[in-house]
Amino acid sequence: MASGKASTAKEQAGLRYPSNGKTIYHRPLNRSKTAELSQASFAYLFSEMVSYAQRRVTGIQDLEKRLNLQGHPIGLKLLDLLLIREPPRSQTRPLTIIALLHFIKINVWTHLFGRQADRLEKSSSRDTPDEYMIIDNEPLVNAYISVPREMSQLNCAAFVAGIVEGVCDGAVFPAKVTAHTVGGKEEGEMWPGKTVFLVKFEPEVLEREALIGKG
Amino acid sequence: MRLPLFRTVFALIIINKAGGLIYNRTLHEGGLNKISTNDYLVLAGTFHGVHAITARLNPIKPPRAQRTSTSSTGAMVRPDPPSGLEVLESENFRMQCFTTLTGIKFLLFTDTTQTNIDLIMKRIYDMYTDYVMKNPFYQLEMPVRCDMFDRKLSSYIREINNR
Repeated sequence: MASGKASTAKEQAGLRYPSNGKTIYHRPLNRSKTAELSQASFAYLFSEMVSYAQRRVTGIQDLEKRLNLQGHPIGLKLLDLLLIREPPRSQTRPLTIIALLHFIKINVWTHLFGRQADRLEKSSSRDTPDEYMIIDNEPLVNAYISVPREMSQLNCAAFVAGIVEGVCDGAVFPAKVTAHTVGGKEEGEMWPGKTVFLVKFEPEVLEREALIGKG
Repeated sequence: MRLPLFRTVFALIIINKAGGLIYNRTLHEGGLNKISTNDYLVLAGTFHGVHAITARLNPIKPPRAQRTSTSSTGAMVRPDPPSGLEVLESENFRMQCFTTLTGIKFLLFTDTTQTNIDLIMKRIYDMYTDYVMKNPFYQLEMPVRCDMFDRKLSSYIREINNR
């Protein structure tokens, strides 16, 4: 009796449930292949996220760091969610760098943006064998964003870089991921918003990779 | 046979709700004479004032009928606000004004024979809402400096002017 009273009091106080009693936690995890969200509402939300991150920052690097941090937890959780949605046979987490990057390029990108990333590249320089690049010609998060000239170094896809970093960290491939604009600003440029996500793995990842290769 | 100046969009001006000029772009060279930036500011301010007065001239329409003035939910239907000055035409150009619900004015200068101006205006407004309002670096009421908006506007108008 007493507990019933307490629960009604709680309902009045704050948390409201839908009338049918179903919350987001009642929905099955294995659905929503085709469930899409409004791009406009996402654009407004992301715009506010950037404005929020922009408060009290000292510079562009600091701002990118904040956006990265906003994305990181999403990536960590997304890895688990996407793996559980895989058919049971392929439900293992990626074990090699290539498998991980393919997982990001195909599964993560399709889940987030409804299409795959455009290209995957390995750094051609001999000095940086730990660097890989995921290339997106037209990042969805930047669809409506024009970066002012005085901040030309900034790429708001740092948020997506944070997500990628979260996925890598979650799969125990610790890495630093940064977003760089490479599209030209000239008139008639095919992909003015072309973005490279530079994935730089920690040395221990490469060490392990080499051991697996030998075995 | 088409003359080169046939059906052309000349220029776009955007005025904020305080009467300040926030965007000014010539979309077709040689259509209108060049005036100085200062003159553009004066034009924007003057038009804003004239528009406000014409809006006051325009009486609010009486509610159509008792039955339609309350919607099914019982709420009163608000009459449309007076629109004020909408079109200004001279021998050589036509100026169409579109006021958004938030009080921002889009002025489109076109050739007098240009058709579908409402459609063009709506498309430009769409672009404004997309590439200006959804841009986190744009501050409300301030001049519009968005590369993406410029780019999309140019390619859309080029398409119309070359038709």
